[in-house]
Amino acid sequence: MKLRRIAAIAMTLGLAVCSLTGCKISKVDDKPTSSPSTTAGATANATDAPAKLDETVLNIYTALEDEQVAEYIESFKNAHPDVTVNVTRESTGIITSKLLAEKDNPQADVVWGLSATSLLVLNQQGMLEGYAPNGVDRILDTFKDTSSDIPKWVGIDAWETAFVVNKDVLRSNGINDIPETYEDLLDPQYKGLIAMSDPASSGTGLLTVNGLLTLKGEEGGWDYMQKLDENVAVYLHSGSAPAKQTATGEYGIGISFGYRCIKSAADLGENGVVVFPKEGSGYDIEANALIKHSEGEKEIAKAFLDWAIADEQMTKYAANYPIVATGVGDQIPEGYAQNPIDQLIKNIDFDWCAENREAILTKWTELFGAKSHE
Amino acid sequence: MRKALEKLRNRVITWDTVKLIGIVCLLAIFCIFLVGPLILLFVKAFQDGSGAFCGLAQFRKYLSSANMLSSLGHTIYISLTATLISVSAAFAMAYSLSRRSVPCKKFFQFISRLPMYAPTMLLGMSLIYLFGNKGILTGLGLKIPLYGKVGIIIAESIFCFPVALMILMVAFSSADNRLYEAADVLHATPFRKLITITLPSIKYGLINAVFVCFTYSFTDFGAPSVVGGNYNVLATDIYKQVIGQQNFNMGAVVGIIMMLPTVLSFFVDRFTSKRQTGAISSRSIPYRIVPNKRADIIATCFCVLVTLFMIGFFGVSLFGSLVTFWPYNLKLTLSHYDFSLISASGGVETIFRSIKVSALAAIIGTIIAFMAAYFVEKTQKFKLLRRIIYALAISPNAIPGTVIGLAYIFFFNPKTFPLFGTGYQINNSFYFLYNTVALLVCVNITHYFSVPFITASTALKRLDNEFESVSDSLKVPFYRTLARITLPLSMQAILEIAVYFFMNSMVTVSAVIFLCTSITQLASVVVVNVQGAGNDAAAAAICMVILAINLIVRILYEIINKPISRKTDAWMKR
Repeated sequence: MKLRRIAAIAMTLGLAVCSLTGCKISKVDDKPTSSPSTTAGATANATDAPAKLDETVLNIYTALEDEQVAEYIESFKNAHPDVTVNVTRESTGIITSKLLAEKDNPQADVVWGLSATSLLVLNQQGMLEGYAPNGVDRILDTFKDTSSDIPKWVGIDAWETAFVVNKDVLRSNGINDIPETYEDLLDPQYKGLIAMSDPASSGTGLLTVNGLLTLKGEEGGWDYMQKLDENVAVYLHSGSAPAKQTATGEYGIGISFGYRCIKSAADLGENGVVVFPKEGSGYDIEANALIKHSEGEKEIAKAFLDWAIADEQMTKYAANYPIVATGVGDQIPEGYAQNPIDQLIKNIDFDWCAENREAILTKWTELFGAKSHE
Repeated sequence: MRKALEKLRNRVITWDTVKLIGIVCLLAIFCIFLVGPLILLFVKAFQDGSGAFCGLAQFRKYLSSANMLSSLGHTIYISLTATLISVSAAFAMAYSLSRRSVPCKKFFQFISRLPMYAPTMLLGMSLIYLFGNKGILTGLGLKIPLYGKVGIIIAESIFCFPVALMILMVAFSSADNRLYEAADVLHATPFRKLITITLPSIKYGLINAVFVCFTYSFTDFGAPSVVGGNYNVLATDIYKQVIGQQNFNMGAVVGIIMMLPTVLSFFVDRFTSKRQTGAISSRSIPYRIVPNKRADIIATCFCVLVTLFMIGFFGVSLFGSLVTFWPYNLKLTLSHYDFSLISASGGVETIFRSIKVSALAAIIGTIIAFMAAYFVEKTQKFKLLRRIIYALAISPNAIPGTVIGLAYIFFFNPKTFPLFGTGYQINNSFYFLYNTVALLVCVNITHYFSVPFITASTALKRLDNEFESVSDSLKVPFYRTLARITLPLSMQAILEIAVYFFMNSMVTVSAVIFLCTSITQLASVVVVNVQGAGNDAAAAAICMVILAINLIVRILYEIINKPISRKTDAWMKR
């Protein structure tokens, strides 16, 4: 009697779950490699295979600065009022891992302003679709993919390593010297006063590491970073955070990037100094790309890529970054050197950086990860 | 025809059947939103990235890394310390408020709840404004090594204080004055009274407070993400694995390791509370406060101190969000409240979305929690099923938010589940929920289910089962008893549950951080992102908006609750 009742309840429950779920069992017909687990974390508004592409939704992944996105994107939204623009913004490393994790079921339509090093990695994985946006001829060769006729990625600007120094904090620690070179940062008097960004999450952190590995050679670079680590108080999540937290007086020196250092130094007023290291700055290109989809790419995504390198946008990028992909602008934003190209480390091999990205990050995390902090 | 139908209904569809259907529906809901996701989490921990079974390889990898192992030690250390501090402080406060004559008790209690109204990141940010390199107190010469364990411990202690206080207040309220009278007659010293009467009577409340605080600080993500410095804890580890490296399988491993202590503490707590017998009998006399000038003054001072501390603590963050550029330009401005500047991370619409999610969680969550408690408490049959529901309903207490969030990705994101070794796959019928606001509502209800369920059960237990028996024998359908007697008498508990769901859904980060995307972004997660980008003032501003919304809701609750409690409790007075 009791058994029968339990069996009845179990059956009812089973039926209830099944009818609720409408559970269907089907034979796996695609290759077993496309396991759903690798696409976990993906956003899910992708349409099912051959369905018509939804041109009213555009999913953009970007690593541009928050306030820049807000400033730039307005005109695209105005030009396409019927399109829902979804912007996913995170630090370079996180956007890159997200894109890689979603490889089998990509959610982004376009990538906007992501480091070339990351885009090269995506390209090596076959995730990018070539597209030559209108006006791509104006973009200098060093700023776009030239390995094929139709570029896989097209740059918009470049950004580079810089320090911001908070003189007030240094003074209260009895220090009057402002570091001018990477070598200066090793001075024991700066111990515990330096903040840097974590290359695993931040593109700025990675371009600085790549710059050091180019400048000092692989062995010398790691050797230098080990010494620098003695002085570093913390490795922060984003490229901006070291500069911003230096500006609020938490640290004395923030290793960040030019644009952010200039902003933070301006916030600090006379206490703020921007330093472009004398040996040269590591740099990377912020670039756009079309993500390959098995069901084809959206027209609106291509329209976005056209828009993203149009003159209007290039002028806006140039107001923030001195080096844009059409060449150095006539009006160099305040705070930068007169010839910003000279500041960049000459022989950075981006292909090498992309190929070794994984290995560099693994090694870095092993050596210094304990100090990094989300 | 109609007659026949009625006859059929009377014969076949008894009220027990209706109740059974309700119970089965609840079970199905639990299966989908709790059991299913957790099973997948366990499966994923034993798979590698490609989905192949790899046994304990992931665990071995995790345990062989020195960094990772140290964060387990770190987490246990900060949780134990924070628990000790917050429970001791809450004990003193609860004692002062319930056993000493202190003025403005309601006000003190209200202020001491402040930490529950804002995301825990705010606690970290306040600490930076106070103890950071340019902090207010640092400037006055009070220097502490903020970043790292000290900062985390202070923040978690403050975070846990209100919940410990609430539990202990309830424990203190159940005292039998006759024991104290007897002790007075026997000339027992105050210390002896404390050891032999007070402590035993609040023992279970104390144990419960310890375990709740331990779990809270063990699983919190917000505070360590702000003031953790280079002191890694499990909650930030799991974030780094999942968000930073998108290594979901390793995230599952960290999640399971994270659950070991919380599940253990859960069972210890269950075990001890089972042995709790009613300390209060029908002959008990409520505690009467014997005035003692010195003790009362000390108690009042303590309450004032705590209140000033809380107001000051949250005041600095408010100040920080209102000045142009901390600490160098202290001119007041509202510019940080202009959320259009951070619109790529999420602007004003995320705040409205947070309110929507929280309100839905409050409404739906309250209905389900009350239903579950009703079926467990007010049904005589189906003992086994009721037991299962009870166990499922209280288990979310032992599951960290980040773990639930991760489990939800595993359960709701894939379009199909492979059936191992058969080459077949099951279509995932819940895939449509992924990346929707609805799923965020579901995860919040699941994450915070236990406390409302227990609150509802307690409220229902207080109502005599005679109501049901009498109604049954008078052939009054159970829904009429429910609507006429049970619901009105439980109104206070229902409101309390709704507010609990609302406020927690507003501030939670851990459960939703893995589920929010650009189109379902919530304000509390924006705080994490904006703070991560180094924009503390804007992050503090969003926290303040969340705090203000919760304060308004809480005040509304107090206003609505007053006439209700007067009405429902009227019968208790003579």
